[in-house]
This record gives sequence, C-alpha cells and structure tokens, in this order.
Amino acid sequence: MHQTALDARHRALGARMIPFAGWEMPVQYSGIIEEHQAVRTGAGLFDLSHMGELWVEGPDAGAALDYAIVTAPSKMAVGKAHYSMICTPEGTVIDDLIVYRLGERRWMVVANASNVAPVVAALKERFAKFNVQFDDATMRTSLVAIQGPNAAAILQPHIEFDLPRLKYYAGAETVACGVPALLARTGYTGEDGFELFVAWDDAVKVWDTLMKAGEGHGLKPVGLGARDTLRLEAGMPLYGQELDRETTPFEAGLSRVVKFDKPGDFVGRAALERAKDAPRKQLVGLKLTDRGIARTGYPVYLPAAPAACGTVTSGTSSPTLGASVAMAYVPLESAAVGTVVEVGIRNLRATATIVPLPFYKRST
Amino acid sequence: MDIPGTLKYSDEHEWIATDGTVGVTAFAVEQIGDIVYVELPAVGTMVEATKAFGVIESVKAVSELFAPASGKVVAINTTLADSPETVAADCYGAGWLVKIEMSNPAEVAALKDAAAYGAMIASH
Repeated sequence: MHQTALDARHRALGARMIPFAGWEMPVQYSGIIEEHQAVRTGAGLFDLSHMGELWVEGPDAGAALDYAIVTAPSKMAVGKAHYSMICTPEGTVIDDLIVYRLGERRWMVVANASNVAPVVAALKERFAKFNVQFDDATMRTSLVAIQGPNAAAILQPHIEFDLPRLKYYAGAETVACGVPALLARTGYTGEDGFELFVAWDDAVKVWDTLMKAGEGHGLKPVGLGARDTLRLEAGMPLYGQELDRETTPFEAGLSRVVKFDKPGDFVGRAALERAKDAPRKQLVGLKLTDRGIARTGYPVYLPAAPAACGTVTSGTSSPTLGASVAMAYVPLESAAVGTVVEVGIRNLRATATIVPLPFYKRST
Repeated sequence: MDIPGTLKYSDEHEWIATDGTVGVTAFAVEQIGDIVYVELPAVGTMVEATKAFGVIESVKAVSELFAPASGKVVAINTTLADSPETVAADCYGAGWLVKIEMSNPAEVAALKDAAAYGAMIASH
C-alpha cells in the first residue's frame, strides 16, 4: 500500500484513512457534509497524489497522442488542457483523462489512480511506432488541489502567477509556495479551483502554506468522501461507476469529447463511429421523490414493471440540494427528462424522476 | 466516549435499555459519519437477535442495524424520518431507534455491560 508524501499531515488532522486503488488515502477529516460545504462556500484542500502523471514528449508526441486517445492533443495550444478518454479498439472506455500541453513537443496525461497500470500499458503499446519518450512520473509527483470560491484569493499571494490570466482548463509552469509547480485551473468539484503538480516531497510545503493561508477563508482539508459527493452533484463521471470497458463515451453523454474530425486513424475510431448512433443505454440524472438513497448497483424500473430496465451508478444524499440524487443507466426510450422511474431500494421501490445533469452548477 | 452504565450493548454497537428501547452507540455514530437516512421496521414487526432490522445511511454508505434482542417492535422513533441527524446528536436519548417487547429477556443478560463494551471498542 502506497502512502502519499502528506500521510503524516492527514493523520495529524485526524483523517480517517482508507485503502483506495493501492493507496492509503484520507476519506474524511471533519465530516463529509462539512467538507463538501467548505468547497461550495469557501475552499477545500485535497491531496490527490495517487493520480497518475504520465509525460509524453518528442517529435511525434502530438501525433502519438492523437492516435492513442479520442481527442486531438496535437491541435491544442501550448498552455491549454482538455478532458479526454482512452478507449479500447471496441470503443469502450479504458479511462478518462486530463491532457495538458506544456510545450511544442511536451504533454502531460493525468490518469485515474485505479487505472494507471492499464493506461500506461495501452499508451506504451500504442506509442510503439512513434518517436516519443514516455515517462510515468506518478511516484515522484504529488498533486495538491485547492477548490472553491475562495481558492484564488488563498492561492494568489503564494504563487508567482497572475491567476486571472489563467483560464479554466489551462496550465502553466510556475513557482507555488516556494517550489516549482505545474499550476492548472482544473478540478473535479464543480467549483473554480486549481491543481498544483509538484515534486513528491514539495507537497508538504504546499500543503502547510495553503492550510495556513486558508485560515479566515473557510478552507478545510477535504477527503475522497466529499470529493465523490462534489463530483456527483456536478454531474461528473467517475471511472468504475459511470465509465468502464462495457460503456462507450456516447452512452455516458460524452459525445462532445470524441473528435472524429481529427485527421488519421485512432484506436477505437471504427468502433466509435458505429457506436455513435447505436447507444445501448443512456446516462441520466435521477432525483428521488420518495424517501431513501439510491446506491451504486441498485436496479431501476419503469413504474410497476417486474424486471429492471437499468442500474444506478452513483447516488447519495446531496448536501447542496438536500435531496436524494443519483446517476443511472437506463434504456434510450426511457431516458427523457421528466420520465418517472422506480429505484429498487432493498425490498421497496422508491419513485424517482429523470432530471437534467448536472444537479449543481455554480452561479458565477 | 460516552457509554452509559444503565444500558446493555451488542457486538454490533447497538444499545438496549431495560424497557426494550434500542439505539446505536456513540462509537457507531462516529464510525458511520454524517447520518442522512434511517430506515426502521413497521410497528408490529418481529425482530430476531443479531439479525438486521433496519439501516442507517451516511452520505457515503449504508450500514445495517442489528437487533440486540428478539421480540416485537412496539414503537419506532418517527422523528428520525425528517431529522436523521438526531441519532448523531443524541444517540442515547432523542436519537433512539425502536422499542422492542422482548420475547426472551435472557438474551439481554448475555449482552455486554458498559465496562465490557468499552473494553471491546478500546481494542478496536
């Protein structure tokens, strides 16, 4: 089991630690609801050092990435980032990714902790005929995220970069809290926020500086528990729940991500072209109108139907909405907003309505 | 951690009073985290010692509630439907769960007293 460079900090803060994707990670500090609200109203500090940082450099790096994943990193401007996916030749999802372009011939791909090994294996295989250097920097890179409406105000005095100049989904190499950092305006919470990729041991300096800087700004350390409720409210998919090797990007509502208009072949193109107009299921948002909480794996029914037509992928009691919400896969013909369905919760059926995603969108 | 001496305790972290009132312990509350939903059986339901009789849910997870003694449910705490957080706020008082008319009071004698329960959670 790996520990992040901030392990002692988490324990000193009284975090409850859980095993997650081969790492011991904080699931909560003061409580999931309190941490969730801190990110929505003030700021939250996250240790995400378990994520995978994969560097792709060289004369063919752009072309290699265009071939390996579903977006067109070669077309992205230096200093920009985008959401992407790496798919199987059958057009299903191996992982969802954030790709940063940091130079003419230099990109960083961020993979989910649970998928670093399969993503590395797939990229290496797909890069074989290209002139690229591939470097898995996961074990020497820490990632600290600061998210929430006060994130910019807390971070600005401690970073050698004018934050208003950094647009959403952009990145820059700079100095943060006295250490070299890759700064990105990205996140997984539905709020404004920043991610700081730093050398492994430098995470302690970044964490301590921002924890102190956040005093008076409502900053709290936030664990994986609230990270999950925040991303769920924001309608963001989680690999292993909404995304997997049984699911195409179109079924997950991510058609916009797949760039068929890029030149050349890419892994999965033919299958994805076919899958585009033939989704077998559709990801929807559910709001329960009965009591109860829909959890991962619970069946979804059409009213009074004996057999399930779908499955809940994620669900919780939403701290922001004060309602029981879920994401679920249902058949296309039952996926329209306003459709009434039932969720099987133990031996009962709770009525739910299909609602638009995301559940929560920040007002600014 | 609060462990009232007047109650008996199950290994699953429920308490039962001599009148059959059942709840969860402060230790259980701490383990569960933010409580957002409690599902209790209907009055009249027969419950069996060590068997699940309901669930308590946090934002993150579902935990089963296990009956500390067998018998018939004669009352449930209906206020928890709208205020599940009461369980965490006052787990030995206003946050009680159900009241059981015990069919075999000898089962309670076999439960842990406060000292034994305290020792069990200390070794957790």
